Amino acid sequence: MPPTASVATLVARARAEAADWDRAGELPDSVVAEAARAGLLGVGVPAPHGGSGGTPAELGEVCAHLGGACSALRALVTVQDMVTAAVLRWGTPAQRARWLPPLARGERRAAFAATERGAGTELSAVTASVTEHGEEIEISGHKRWVTFGRTADTFLVLGTADGRPAAVLVEGDRPGVRREPVEGQLGLRAAAVAHVALDRVRVPRDHLLAPVGLGLSHVVATALDHGRFTVAWGCVGMAEAVLDAAAEHAARRTQAGAVLAEHEVVRALLGRCAVDTAAARELCARAAHARAERLPEAVADTVVAKYAAARAAVRVTGGAVQTLGAAGCAPDSLVGRFFRDAKVMELIEGSAHVAELHIADRLLRRHGFNSAAHVARREARA
Amino acid sequence: MATAAEDVLAFLTRALGSPVGPDDDYFADGRANSLFALELVAFVEHRFRLTVEAEDLDVGNFRTAANILAFVTAKTGDRSPGAVTDAANG
Ligand SMILES: Cc1cc2nc3c(=O)[nH]c(=O)nc-3n(C[C@H](O)[C@H](O)[C@H](O)COP(=O)(O)OP(=O)(O)OC[C@H]3O[C@@H](n4cnc5c(N)ncnc54)[C@H](O)[C@@H]3O)c2cc1C
Repeated sequence: MPPTASVATLVARARAEAADWDRAGELPDSVVAEAARAGLLGVGVPAPHGGSGGTPAELGEVCAHLGGACSALRALVTVQDMVTAAVLRWGTPAQRARWLPPLARGERRAAFAATERGAGTELSAVTASVTEHGEEIEISGHKRWVTFGRTADTFLVLGTADGRPAAVLVEGDRPGVRREPVEGQLGLRAAAVAHVALDRVRVPRDHLLAPVGLGLSHVVATALDHGRFTVAWGCVGMAEAVLDAAAEHAARRTQAGAVLAEHEVVRALLGRCAVDTAAARELCARAAHARAERLPEAVADTVVAKYAAARAAVRVTGGAVQTLGAAGCAPDSLVGRFFRDAKVMELIEGSAHVAELHIADRLLRRHGFNSAAHVARREARA
Repeated sequence: MATAAEDVLAFLTRALGSPVGPDDDYFADGRANSLFALELVAFVEHRFRLTVEAEDLDVGNFRTAANILAFVTAKTGDRSPGAVTDAANG
């Protein structure tokens, strides 16, 4: 586990400065270096591979702490964890030995490049091409919305090799990698997001992660599963932080002699927000337990946790802005920033819609109903 | 005590929402969704106490129940399918 004291120092700094980072559209280098020194970029990586070998619950707690101060800083941990998890899970021993220690120590900085203009929710539609040229692989395509795409030096790229999904590790300094910064988006503004174009980028064959065909169902699925877990915990941290801010404000702010908390509607709102927040934490804890035990339902429990936590973050940040009024809309407001960030959490790593469908499908399958097979059968009959 | 084959078929039937026979290729027939592949790996690892590597997935080991059982027997070496069952329940 990373030493708690250095995490606390970093979180304190983030609390004080995150509004500036949000405006600047990036994290200062010194913050990233501090996160690396604190071991935050390798919490989930076992010690023999250079990480601190934390449990899922410990990783989650780190993300809740960071998420309660700065979503972009939490996202830094998320993308690093997504890529290291994919390498740990599906890499060969040689690939693990080569990529994991520098990533876990933060000497290399990872990003996850799957989304394209025509492939967001439906990643099987990616068109980035992966072709073999002797001992090399060539990749061409246009990846969009890559978190920390401006600063990363190690991209996990999803492409297609003649219709079969392929995941490839691509260094940022390879000729043909071009980054176009995304600025001023709704949320996660300090996360150095970029669109990343790959123009006939060549890498050695050994940069292919898992055999061709498994790039989406296993490699990217593993990365997204990890992403959901840390995003979920980050949302718990956001909800807890703004719930605190809202309660504090409601208990202090007076107008015409009346404290806000005297109004029943204000108290009822706080009550709902408190329940959403606590429920999100419990579902995240359940997912952490399933992951620690490596239970088959860990993936599904993580979808539930991420869905619930993102929804809680949206509702509670909305409730907090409502309670704070103009103070919540002020340029430097933490609740205002989290209100913007929270909505993004309902879109990334599997949108809320898609999560609901997965959760319902899983439920219905236990009752012998498979929606995909059902539709296929009905269409065949028609 | 359920046998390895019964457990695998029961998991698949529950996860896919319809009865699965030993030779059904559920990836080809459209019943699998985007989370299923990982769930299946996690089930096999958990049930049979082994670790699935990328190379294990390459040759269709996970495409049918019969393939899964053959893979488990091969992977656990000299342990017979009966021993596989005992290891998971013990
Ligand atoms: C700040 C930010 C950071 C990001 N970082 C990354 C990153 O690091 N790496 C990366 O690869 N991508 C990243 N993304 C992209 C993100 O993953 C996608 O935006 C997301 O997958 C949704 O895809 P889309 O935007 O194309 O929306 P669409 O797929 O077009 O979906 C739009 C809406 O339609 C709904 N919808 C779509 N299909 C279905 C369906 N089958 N059933 C029901 N509803 C459906 C969705 O739920 C959603 O509400 C980031 C995005 C943002 C905003």
